[in-house]
Amino acid sequence: MPSELARQVLDGSPRALARVITWVENDDPRAVECLEILYPHMGRAHILGLTGSPGAGKSSLTDQLTHHFRNAGKTVGIVAVDPSSPFTGGALLGDRIRMSRHAGDPGVFIRSMATRGFLGGLAQTTDNVVKAMDAAGKDVVIVETVGVGQDEIDIMRIADTICLILAPGYGDIIQSMKAGVMEIADIYVINKSDHAGADQLYTEVNSRILQDSQIRKRDREPPPVVKTVATEKRGIDDLMAAIESCRCQLKESGALLEKRRERIRQQTFQMIQFALFQLLEKELAQNGRLDRLVDAIIEKKENPYQAMREIVDEFIKVPAG
Amino acid sequence: MAKKKLKIIVAKPGLDGHDRGAKLLCRIFAEAGMEVVYTGLRQTPEMIVEAALQEDADVVGLSSLSGVHNYFFPRVVSLLKEKDMADVLVVGGGIIPDEDVSSLKAAGVAEIFGPGTRTDEIVQYIEGNVAG
Repeated sequence: MPSELARQVLDGSPRALARVITWVENDDPRAVECLEILYPHMGRAHILGLTGSPGAGKSSLTDQLTHHFRNAGKTVGIVAVDPSSPFTGGALLGDRIRMSRHAGDPGVFIRSMATRGFLGGLAQTTDNVVKAMDAAGKDVVIVETVGVGQDEIDIMRIADTICLILAPGYGDIIQSMKAGVMEIADIYVINKSDHAGADQLYTEVNSRILQDSQIRKRDREPPPVVKTVATEKRGIDDLMAAIESCRCQLKESGALLEKRRERIRQQTFQMIQFALFQLLEKELAQNGRLDRLVDAIIEKKENPYQAMREIVDEFIKVPAG
Repeated sequence: MAKKKLKIIVAKPGLDGHDRGAKLLCRIFAEAGMEVVYTGLRQTPEMIVEAALQEDADVVGLSSLSGVHNYFFPRVVSLLKEKDMADVLVVGGGIIPDEDVSSLKAAGVAEIFGPGTRTDEIVQYIEGNVAG
């Protein structure tokens, strides 16, 4: 029973949470029933995104941050995303390895997710998985994206605070000047800062931030740059302080509410769009109508633009006025 | 609704530090379309079962080359039962003497795959025996 399971999630059952997440991942209709019940309990967690190149240290930093959050008495949910194979659909989810020490801690819930063909650095359903953890009462939810390149920025749509994890050795200063993932950080983290090239990277990132402040009008402080060595626990206090200060700033300036409002607007519209799409697809696939339409378009008896207009007119009636 | 993907935990219980075989099997399972969570080395049964619970796994695959299977494998099975997860398929592999196989099976390990087993045989076994 979905409603029973949702109640168990609210009572803190990790088993129930795990099952609801599976339903969410599989687009099981029962997931929506659960999420409806969980909805009033969402919106309390601080959602922290960690993104960056493969091997930059996202999992190791997630482990360190989790340790610190736990010491501060906060419960932590972790969603760790890794890529699915475009050929077999299978996936090797290896992020737990770095987080082993939290395995017996009831205050930590770790879930690995495969992208299942979604390209923005997350899975399509990551958002709802995060919401389920939020509703389950986790104080902090850490979302670790797949290893990203330059343009996978879906984490923006989910996280309150984004840490971009960089490591030396990935290219010259032009890389750090580019658009995309380099601009979405609330906090820049130079991990592996004991490696050669770390100081140069630090300078380059700071110079980008300086340029940003000269070029753009920003209503907040320039993002901090923190040096860490995750494997040696160095710089983690600084990173925690930066995260906390970011969170306070977001709250006090009202930016958090604004961010969340915009997010709810997007998500609600997306859900409506998706539901309409499914209805239409079902309707058009019935009796082979879509296939006949495709044939007609290929044979140039119809053109796709007119077909689009006709179908929209047929199915969607916007009341006048 | 998307077809349910098989989720398998691959784990190395105990102090055994050899995971070439386990890593290869991770690749084989992913190649067969499964979502594979590798927990890494030196896991306690509690850690493995906790991972299976949080990941809502269908299968737990245990690998041991150090002779600790008689303790660790049954312990994982009984902890799963305790957590009301008796429907999770538990399989094992590694260096397991023939004379231990029947007692492991009696303890609830569904199948043991020793050295030289064809990997497609393991995949087929899992696909054929996992709870629906």
